[in-house]
Amino acid sequence: MSRILLLGPAREAAGVGHDDIDGASVAEVLRVAVARYGPAFEEVLSVSKVWVNGEPCDDDHPVGRQDEVAVLPPISGG
Amino acid sequence: MYPKENVDWVAVCATPLEPDVLTAWVTRPNCGAVVTFCGTARSSSSTGHDITELQYETSDEMALARLRDVVASARERWPELGAVAIQHRVGSVLLEQPAVVIAISSPHRQEAFEAAQFCIDTVKKSVPMWKREVWLGGSAWSQEAHDIVDVRDA
Repeated sequence: MSRILLLGPAREAAGVGHDDIDGASVAEVLRVAVARYGPAFEEVLSVSKVWVNGEPCDDDHPVGRQDEVAVLPPISGG
Repeated sequence: MYPKENVDWVAVCATPLEPDVLTAWVTRPNCGAVVTFCGTARSSSSTGHDITELQYETSDEMALARLRDVVASARERWPELGAVAIQHRVGSVLLEQPAVVIAISSPHRQEAFEAAQFCIDTVKKSVPMWKREVWLGGSAWSQEAHDIVDVRDA
C-alpha cells in the first residue's frame, strides 16, 4: 500500500488529491490508479512525470507502505 | 519578518506576497545591490480569454524542496551573493498581484541581476506548481505548461 499524490490537472482528472493504492512498483500503483480514476486521468498521466518521495524515478521502482508516488503534469508556475 | 541571521528565505504563501518586505530583508550592510523581481498576474492569455484571476496549487513540501535547490544552485554560480529570498503564491491571485517574488542582494549589481534572472527562469522550469486561469464564465489549466526538469538540468 502506497500513498499516491495527484497534483493540478491530475488531481482534477482523478477527483481526489491523494489516495492509498496497493502495488509493489510504481507501474503497478499507476495501473491501479488508471483503473480507479478512468480515461481522463490516464490522459493526464500520459503527459506527466512521476516522482517517488519527492524525486524522479523509473516505473519499475519498488514502492511500499512508507512511499509516496506523485503524479506531476506539465508545470506552469511563476 | 524572518530573522536576518539567515541568508536564504523560501516560502509558499497562501496570502498576498509583500515585495517590500523581501526587499528590506535581503538588504545587508555588505551588499551594494538589491534586485527584486515580481511575476504578476496579467489579463492576457494564450487562450484569448480576458483573465481575471489566477489560481495556483502545489505540494508545499515538494515546492519548498525545489525552491531550496534553486537558491543553492544560484549560490554555486554566484558565491558572492548576499541574501536570497524566493516566495511563490498558492491560491487565488488577482490581476496585478505578485504570484512570485525573488529578491537578491550582492556586493555589486551584475551578479544580483544575473542571479535574479536565473532564479525566475529556474523556478518556472523546476518548481512543481500548477496555474489555473479564470475568466468571466470559465476557467482552465494554463496552456503554457511544460515538463518539470531537475534544477541541475534547468
